[in-house]
Amino acid sequence: MTLFLHELKRNRISLIVWTAAISFMLGVCIIIYPDMSAQMGDISDMFSNMGAFSDAFGMDQLNFGEFMGYFGVECGNTLGLGGAFFAALLGISALSKEERDKTAEFLLSHPVTRRRVVLFKLLSILTQILILNMTVALVTIIGVLAIGAEADAGKMAWLLLSSAIMQIEISAITFGISAFIRRGGLAIGMGLAMGLYFLNIVSNLTDKLDFLKYISPFGYTDGGQIVANGLPEIKYLLPGVALTLAGAAAAFWKYERKDIA
Amino acid sequence: MDAIKTNSLTKYYGKARGMIDVNLTVAEGDFFGFIGPNGAGKSTTIRTLLGLISPTSGSAEVLGMDIRAQKNQILAKVGYLPSETNFYRGMKVREILKLSADLRHMDCKAEAALLCERLDLDPNRKVDELSFGNRKKVGIVCALQHKPRLYILDEPTGGLDPLMQKEFYSILQERNKAGATVFLSSHVLSEVERYCKRAAVIREGRILVSDSVGNLGHTGVKRVSIRGISSLSLREGIKDIQIKQDGVTFLYDGSAQELLSLLTTLKAQDFTVTDPDLEEIFLHYYTKEES
Repeated sequence: MTLFLHELKRNRISLIVWTAAISFMLGVCIIIYPDMSAQMGDISDMFSNMGAFSDAFGMDQLNFGEFMGYFGVECGNTLGLGGAFFAALLGISALSKEERDKTAEFLLSHPVTRRRVVLFKLLSILTQILILNMTVALVTIIGVLAIGAEADAGKMAWLLLSSAIMQIEISAITFGISAFIRRGGLAIGMGLAMGLYFLNIVSNLTDKLDFLKYISPFGYTDGGQIVANGLPEIKYLLPGVALTLAGAAAAFWKYERKDIA
Repeated sequence: MDAIKTNSLTKYYGKARGMIDVNLTVAEGDFFGFIGPNGAGKSTTIRTLLGLISPTSGSAEVLGMDIRAQKNQILAKVGYLPSETNFYRGMKVREILKLSADLRHMDCKAEAALLCERLDLDPNRKVDELSFGNRKKVGIVCALQHKPRLYILDEPTGGLDPLMQKEFYSILQERNKAGATVFLSSHVLSEVERYCKRAAVIREGRILVSDSVGNLGHTGVKRVSIRGISSLSLREGIKDIQIKQDGVTFLYDGSAQELLSLLTTLKAQDFTVTDPDLEEIFLHYYTKEES
């Protein structure tokens, strides 16, 4: 418990900043919808008929004239990218920052097993992701009620939930990597989040690259897909769950054996 | 039971040498000095005992417990001071001390306050604002506040002023008298000579000698100073010749008979023969190794 609270305390400022930033952008995104839709009548068709560009961002499947369509793409991209970066930073720094700041020696010369250190760091990451996403959900609900938009609660829930699952996956993968490195994690974390995002964009462009959706968690957070079918693609979700477990397992395995410099 | 017992403990970092075949025994209740120059393997040995790094081969027991299998039980009974003390940024001294105690599931408030008082450490300062020496004091309180059975201190006095060093050693001596074992590494020989009962010398990863500080000073080697001569030819048993303004001094490792006959051949005004201090012994072991 000491470890868990200590972790949360160490991260509270970064959590507050990220939560505030993502919630604010999402809130703005929702609030401007009435104005947007009033002016967008004709543009909507154009948006969904921009060929490869529309395909890449999943806009071909969406009707911008409806709130759910707008929310799925615009807000989905905001929350998706923001959440991915937040999760990547959280995961990649969890273990490696202790060695970068040379606090690992302090921590591990106390009677705490490394397994517990890994476990409580993981729990703290999950808690932070939970806090961020609860806040985001709250802001979304308030925003939707404020503008009186017609929203499908089930699809809305899946959009938000799939994003939270994606954040958990990315944080677990970067957490696993974090056990192997001593410093320089930031670039790896950001690069990984960006890379996975672009894999999905590339896979949207041609059917031949559809297999990339199995690798990138953005495959199952695809807003267009969820709004159209009401559910994320389970076949893309399953590899994500496997990668999440693999990342966490790698962290336990490696940290138990690591020499602390 | 021994406080520390290592059995051919060896550590390589890839191909780089950490320590080789280290056999070290420290009895419970001892005040033990671990001497060696920078990079000799002192920290490697200590960090292996604490389970921060795992040995390439060999085994070790601390307070009768295996360093791999019973790491946590060992850490609960040990107070460790690293050579470089680093803490979480933004935290106050008081918070660090509390965190350390909480991680041990102990309440050490009273003892911490006492130690801060004696070491002149302000618990309300932030750790990042502290000087190197004051940060060291935070580490010292962390290592001492839970009153462990064994103290493992890696170059404990680096950065402390002489008055603080004295206070620190008097605290250690009190703890030692009360039954705790002290194991400290140092490259400052005078403090080992003054405070430790036993000592081991490590060099390039290997233990050269381990004995009581008294015995280490009586190796048969003598420091000979001769006044009135200005040169001395090198011969067997003579080392570390230093030409001074008014004479010559050297270390002599040989029979007394030969030394006497050597002295008669010199036109000496005066001479002294003394036991060398630990510093010179240290040098003696080093040069022995080289030749």
